[in-house]
Amino acid sequence: MTKRYLVLEDGSIFEGRAFGAESASVGEAVFATGMTGYQETISNPSGCGQIVVMTYPLIGNYGINRDDYESIDLAINGLVVRELTEEPSNFRSGMSLGDLLTLKGIPGIQEIDTRKLTRLLRDKGALKGKLTAAGEDIDIDAVLAEVQGYELPTDLVSKVSTKRPYPSPGLGKRVVVIDYGIKHGILRELNKKDCDVIVVPHDTSAKEILALFPDGILLSNGPGNPEDVEGAVDTIKELLGKKPIFGIGLGHQLFALACGAKTAKMKNSHIGGNYPVKDLITNRTDLTSQSHGYEVLEDSLAGTGLEVTHKALNDNCVEGLRSEKYEAFTVQFHPEASPGPQDASYLFDRFIQLMTASNRKGNSNAKTY
Amino acid sequence: MPKRTDIKSILVIGSGPIVIGQAAEFDYAGTQACLSLKEEGYRVILINSNPATIMTDTEIADKVYIEPITLEFVSRIIRKERPDALLPTLGGQTGLNMAIELQESGILDELEIEILGTKLDAIHKAEDRDLFRNLMNEMGEPVPDSEIIHNIDEAYAFVRAIGYPVIVRPAFTLGGTGGGICHNDEDLEEIVASGLKYSPVTQCLLEKSIAGFKEIEYEVMRDSADNAIVVCNMENVDAVGIHTGDSIVTAPCQTLTDRENQMLRNVSLRIIRELKIEGGCNVQLALDPHSFDYYIIEVNPRVSRSSALASKATGYPIAKIAAKIAVGLTLDEMMNPVTGNTYACFEPTLDYVVTKIPRWPFDKFESAKRNLGTQMKATGEVMAMGRTFEESIQKAVRSLETGQFDLSLPGGAEMTDGWIEKRIRKAGDERLFFIGEALRRGVTIETIHEWSAIDLFFLRKFENIVRYEEVLKDNPFDYEVAYKAKRLGFADVTLAKHWNTTEREVYNWRKEQELIPVYKKVDTCAGEYESDTPYFYGTYEDENESVKTGKKSVVVLGSGPIRIGQGVEFDYATVHCVWAIQEAGYEAIIVNNNPETVSTDFSISDKLYFEPLTIEDVMHIIDLEQPEGVIVQFGGQTAINLADELEARGVKILGTSLEDIDRAENRDKFESALHEIGVPQPLGKTALSVSEAVVIATEIGYPVLVRPSYVLGGRAMEIVYHEQELLQYMENAVKASPEHPVLIDRYLTGTEIEVDAICDGETVLIPGIMEHIERAGVHSGDSIAVYPPQNLSQSMIETIADYTKRLALGLKIRGLMNIQFVISEGQVYVIEVNPRSSRTVPFLSKITNIPMANVATQAILGKSIAEQGYVDGLADAPAGVYVKVPVFSFAKLRRVDITLGPEMKSTGEVMGKDSTLEKALYKGLVAAGMEVKEYGSVLMTVSDKDKEEIIDIAKRFVEIGYRILATEGTAQALESANIEVKTVGKIGTEGTTLIDVIQKGQAQLVINTLTKGKQPASDGFRIRRESVENGVPAFTSIDTANAMLSVIESMTFQTDAMPKPQVIE
Repeated sequence: MTKRYLVLEDGSIFEGRAFGAESASVGEAVFATGMTGYQETISNPSGCGQIVVMTYPLIGNYGINRDDYESIDLAINGLVVRELTEEPSNFRSGMSLGDLLTLKGIPGIQEIDTRKLTRLLRDKGALKGKLTAAGEDIDIDAVLAEVQGYELPTDLVSKVSTKRPYPSPGLGKRVVVIDYGIKHGILRELNKKDCDVIVVPHDTSAKEILALFPDGILLSNGPGNPEDVEGAVDTIKELLGKKPIFGIGLGHQLFALACGAKTAKMKNSHIGGNYPVKDLITNRTDLTSQSHGYEVLEDSLAGTGLEVTHKALNDNCVEGLRSEKYEAFTVQFHPEASPGPQDASYLFDRFIQLMTASNRKGNSNAKTY
Repeated sequence: MPKRTDIKSILVIGSGPIVIGQAAEFDYAGTQACLSLKEEGYRVILINSNPATIMTDTEIADKVYIEPITLEFVSRIIRKERPDALLPTLGGQTGLNMAIELQESGILDELEIEILGTKLDAIHKAEDRDLFRNLMNEMGEPVPDSEIIHNIDEAYAFVRAIGYPVIVRPAFTLGGTGGGICHNDEDLEEIVASGLKYSPVTQCLLEKSIAGFKEIEYEVMRDSADNAIVVCNMENVDAVGIHTGDSIVTAPCQTLTDRENQMLRNVSLRIIRELKIEGGCNVQLALDPHSFDYYIIEVNPRVSRSSALASKATGYPIAKIAAKIAVGLTLDEMMNPVTGNTYACFEPTLDYVVTKIPRWPFDKFESAKRNLGTQMKATGEVMAMGRTFEESIQKAVRSLETGQFDLSLPGGAEMTDGWIEKRIRKAGDERLFFIGEALRRGVTIETIHEWSAIDLFFLRKFENIVRYEEVLKDNPFDYEVAYKAKRLGFADVTLAKHWNTTEREVYNWRKEQELIPVYKKVDTCAGEYESDTPYFYGTYEDENESVKTGKKSVVVLGSGPIRIGQGVEFDYATVHCVWAIQEAGYEAIIVNNNPETVSTDFSISDKLYFEPLTIEDVMHIIDLEQPEGVIVQFGGQTAINLADELEARGVKILGTSLEDIDRAENRDKFESALHEIGVPQPLGKTALSVSEAVVIATEIGYPVLVRPSYVLGGRAMEIVYHEQELLQYMENAVKASPEHPVLIDRYLTGTEIEVDAICDGETVLIPGIMEHIERAGVHSGDSIAVYPPQNLSQSMIETIADYTKRLALGLKIRGLMNIQFVISEGQVYVIEVNPRSSRTVPFLSKITNIPMANVATQAILGKSIAEQGYVDGLADAPAGVYVKVPVFSFAKLRRVDITLGPEMKSTGEVMGKDSTLEKALYKGLVAAGMEVKEYGSVLMTVSDKDKEEIIDIAKRFVEIGYRILATEGTAQALESANIEVKTVGKIGTEGTTLIDVIQKGQAQLVINTLTKGKQPASDGFRIRRESVENGVPAFTSIDTANAMLSVIESMTFQTDAMPKPQVIE
């Protein structure tokens, strides 16, 4: 029953019980609304540096298994739940969530009013916060000063991106994935379609990428502000028109920047599995899995040659783009799901089709998908 | 896509009477749907035979027909109204089956009436076992090995190939009527026979049992543009093998990983897309707890009990949205009515745990088999929400009103280990409490898992609850311990039990400690978006979201779960009360825990608290809201029972005061009040011991009516004819004591009369008097009521009106009251007064056009009856005759005696109306599901006291061409009156016995008044059960038989031979 506090930059203090690592940690508090999929959510590199608040009150019910990781290392800075299930029940469970966080050195807090916290974050937007060390009494002024003075890191992508290229072989299309913080789900989907995948570090040059003879290039998801990712925009600019491009999440934002559009931080992040997104081409609305705190500004698209293909039904956020000039399209949400609904997995087929068509045409720059 | 403009009028078919498997959820769905269609500007024509519903209020549809849902009557209405379209998927199985019948009859094609929403071929594909299985095979979706069978031989062939256990599922039946699990040949013979009987197409599915799998449900919606969403998923705490309607269910799923969840979500969406369902659909799946293997169990291509639960669990109004989808609107263009600012094409996410527990009728049917299986037995359900699973389930437990507040059983400590194991291994209604008891004794969760197949996750939660009892015991009045206990959902009653104090003490202590709950909003989105919907549940955390408004408010207590004796009619009155409060300018706040009803639709009241109806939970709300007062008279006995404690805690009871309620309900006070008022009652006294009872009974003379005081629906009430029976009753049925007095009354055989009245202290408005077909002794809820009375003289009516007025004024009624009179030898006696809304309020309101609950509420709030434009006394009767016919669910309840008596047994009711009594009765009987045949055979076995009366009845049956079959004693009586009769053997005799006659369908009617009693061994019991099992109408009251006879007579042309000239010698 060790005490722990969550102190937020606006001065809110939540007292709860510690689990996971005993150490303290600072990060940006955001809430995630999925009722299942905590393992995927906490292992999503896009959550790098975040203190994730789960809105569903019982977390850890089915434990941790070997399959549902979205990355091998956990990049979040903390986890906040109403109640941690200490003894999970599921045939695949190999360990408890609490044990995993302890192992990975990530602090957690439970038994706080997570709905109150969620409503606070909804009204004020993401807030910086600190999970104090387990059992430690705190000097509130000092902690508050620390939190308020904390600068969100700008090197998140380099933290989570792979340091060396690696293959994930298949017999089909050669896809080079630029890893800005890739979720395993994307690789799973590409491999399911038999793609021959090579994952490269975020700072790999366009030349090196093209030297891998890709049929297409996938710009992966990743954490943080797209404007912070050094060099990415230039690399993408060089790749435009060379090979079909598919962007997901941060990859979508970087692509938009490369085409001259602008991005901005959202007041409320989208993290969860129930975001309706309208595909403006088929007119069908899919429920999508999302995890983003930045968005592409629709106003900035004029003159970029980009066309909006997907929109969030509820807040009109730009959720998908395609280029009128190049063989390229991107989505803000996660078609690979994991966690969340798999309604949009057809986008991987679109990417394959785009690559096939491109090859057939000898790789022209025509708008065809 | 915009809504359709090529159709103007839409016919909606309701679900008819409440029966097990089809209850108030269809009133909720139907009401929502009708209002939703009206909102879009369509003319809505509604047919439903159930008068007790909000749905059949004239404001809900443009034209409301309370007529039998049969091909004959629905066709007639269709021809008259000429709707452009028909919406069949909102009236449960009844509505669907009717639509199919209409389609097959050709009338829809003939009149070019379009079926909206899900098309009939999709319905067929989902409902017909064979077609469904084929479809699943085509889709590559797994279904358990199964075979359609049409006879017992085919059943044996399947079992020889697959092995036991197998599940029998009759095609096209409600709540699995007639089905079950078979473990051996004997089970197979019995269940297959009954399944084939109940299936209208004589078809059953035999299926390999996958008992032990997790049972998971998805509530899915799809629109015409192929947008499809999952509104909610739910996990049954009980593994596959128990009907989901009889399972404890939790939402969302608790033990599924995202991968499993998405796999099953994808399957559900594929199915709804494949079936091209336009509207709502329920997919039930079985998931192997040890792998990703799953099976599709069932698909319901319509709104259902589960969709009502999902709507209340998430806030997402499925039926409302389904109705709009049916007229062409799509999910992506409709708003989510809960948030008001996001779209309906959205999957709700919860930040609380929902638990549903079924409410079973076994407290009334002691002899019934309490085992649970594939045939549903519950009459209703409760739902509770909490931020922990423990809180959620403990709140649900105390919502049941079974006197239980935690996971313990009365007398549990004395039970043997063997008995407890048995009751956990074989699922029954009390399994949860047996598990509690086992855990208390140290049985491990692994062992209980082995016995029950319940997931360890849930068992661990139960264990947390039981373990915490020890902590409670050791730490009385400790804040930290109490806080944790409240977060685990412990009731003050339980805290008091462990702390050796009273609930009231605990409550007061908590208030001093400021250990009180907060209220959280149900908003479909876990707080992600703002929501204005005032739908709340209580929990113990930091932030309270329910803010008291500046407006004066009134709290209305609902009636809790639907059970025998307290049905949807109380919800009807509750809703009308809420509307009247709003009209009077107050904020109406409702507290209720029944997910099936209209009253718990958040759009009905200004504020909805989905909470248990216990004093603790209600007081928390009152403390917060500080209302002007509380109205208890519309929530049935549930709400009335809280009045005492509420007033003791300083809460103002609006309407009839507590003192006056008590005067009507307390035997002795009532008796002295009657003396003063000058209204006679049958002789009777209160006994506090067995010997006292004998003395009293001898004094007033047998037969006597005995019952415990303060009862609901005539529970444990009996008519006894001799001292021996009395002794037996006193020793077995009740334990008389000064705390539990037993009432003994002279039993008067005579016409029973029922009156509802409204009083404001000066004026007594009597909307109507009803006469019962069955003589006194049959519970009023089980009697056929006739309005206006057909056999009463003007002076008798005046006497009744006078007595009613005297009772209303004398008992100081403010609001509604219900009185039962008996007329014996020309004298009117009062037998019961209920100082509250009654079962007949909706029936009478609809007939007389006097909105009784509304008038009563306004009167309670200070607007006199005169100001409302009504005059004192008996209101003028409209033209026509109206009957209310009870409907029973005996087919679902094995081993229940169907004999009508003072204990109520019916689950629902229908109305029949026409120009004559016989026509009205015909409609009522038909609507109640009886087949009225113009000719055939009637089987009679009556007790000695009825033999005289049966002679006249038999003569009349003969007159219209019925053949009379009778057992020996009855046959002799009839023969001696020169009636031709075929004698059939009693049970156990050689040759053709009456059981054979019933089983072979050789009798179309059975009249049986033999050996009343609860002993399943008795002949009378077996005969009556055989009739039920074989779907033959059985009458246990000579009066009901007589009514049926007069209906048949009125249908038949007379065929008297010409009179022969008398030969004058």
